Amino acid sequence: MEHFISLFVRSIFVDNMIFAFFLGMCSYLAVSKTVKTSFGLGVAVTFVLLITVPVDYLLQTKVLAAEGILGVDLTFLSFILFIAVIAGMVQLVEMVVERFSPSLYAALGIFLPLIAVNCAIMGASLFMQQRILLDPETSSQAIGGVSDCIAYALGSGIGWTLAIVGLAAIREKMAYSDVPKPLQGLGITFITVGLMAMAFMCFSGLKI
Amino acid sequence: MSKLFSKENRAVLTNPLNLDNPVTVQVLGICSALAVTSQLKPALVMGLSVTVITAFSNVIISLIRKTIPNRIRIIVQLVVVAALVTIVSNILKAYVYDVSVQLSVYVGLIITNCILMGRLEAFAMQNGPWESFLDGIGNGLGYALVLVIVGFVRELLGFGTLLGFEIIPQSALLEYGGTYMHNGMMTMPAMALIIVSLVIWAHRAYNKEGKK
Repeated sequence: MEHFISLFVRSIFVDNMIFAFFLGMCSYLAVSKTVKTSFGLGVAVTFVLLITVPVDYLLQTKVLAAEGILGVDLTFLSFILFIAVIAGMVQLVEMVVERFSPSLYAALGIFLPLIAVNCAIMGASLFMQQRILLDPETSSQAIGGVSDCIAYALGSGIGWTLAIVGLAAIREKMAYSDVPKPLQGLGITFITVGLMAMAFMCFSGLKI
Repeated sequence: MSKLFSKENRAVLTNPLNLDNPVTVQVLGICSALAVTSQLKPALVMGLSVTVITAFSNVIISLIRKTIPNRIRIIVQLVVVAALVTIVSNILKAYVYDVSVQLSVYVGLIITNCILMGRLEAFAMQNGPWESFLDGIGNGLGYALVLVIVGFVRELLGFGTLLGFEIIPQSALLEYGGTYMHNGMMTMPAMALIIVSLVIWAHRAYNKEGKK
């Protein structure tokens, strides 16, 4: 239980998907203009993460690994399989959102199918692949089972949502500021994210 | 031969280096531009890998563009890119293992690099193989250029070395009697964002004057 909570809290603040690893920047920069759409995208990303990371974990350990049911080391196929799982899941999420919340579907537009190529989703699966090899006794980042995957996925998603909503809130206010012409839009957004990343660095000494 | 390198083809190759740069103008490929540039060597290897993968995936998709059913277009593109990235990732692990460990997941993340998907959708699906190849090389080099600039600044100011060679002599450092201290912040992710924003600022200001 302790490991679960530690992994969860670490994934939100210390190993934040945006501020520590820069995953999911493209859709992050494009969608963070208003708080409402940012929150919707953040929830969609969290949901996709919650489904794909455990599924990829089971694929990696039970099917692709040398000890899996196929008996041969097929880990070189992991990239192709992971991206196929992610593309399939995103298609599913798209259909669910269209059915239950048409306004959110219209607001997100092209960015909902773009979650499939969001680095954060693929990155979470690839990090999971690395963390399976760590020892849960010594490292608070290690992933040892499906419950750890869920903690990691939930924490990463919430951290990403936190980052995008924070940036959207600041950008809404910055629309009234006097930014120099070449710096407008992308440049000032990067500086803002950089300062937020510096602020999140203060969490790096966190010990749960 | 002159048809291969006609005016339009040369423009396809050189535009992404300046006017249509994938990172600063098109805002693609930001994730890896920030993450791998703490030193110059990984930045260089990453830039070259992305150039090679973009060029060849552009060619492959351009060759089969008329036969892909529209509904599974994205999945076919993703599978082609994933296969190429698997090959490149294994080549890197074999020949430059230390850099491949430094790059860790970001080699795999080339699959989701927006530059690749963006160029496949916007160019390779509508143009022939040779033009797509040039477009891939151009965009890859434009991306590599930004990575090399950021990596150069970060490694020089953060570690005092370039590609491992010591540029700032040890005798100048504070602990050895000098007055200079390395800027440790440069090795942190936060500074990468600020340096890229300065590159964007300089690039846009320069282009504004050029256009006038």
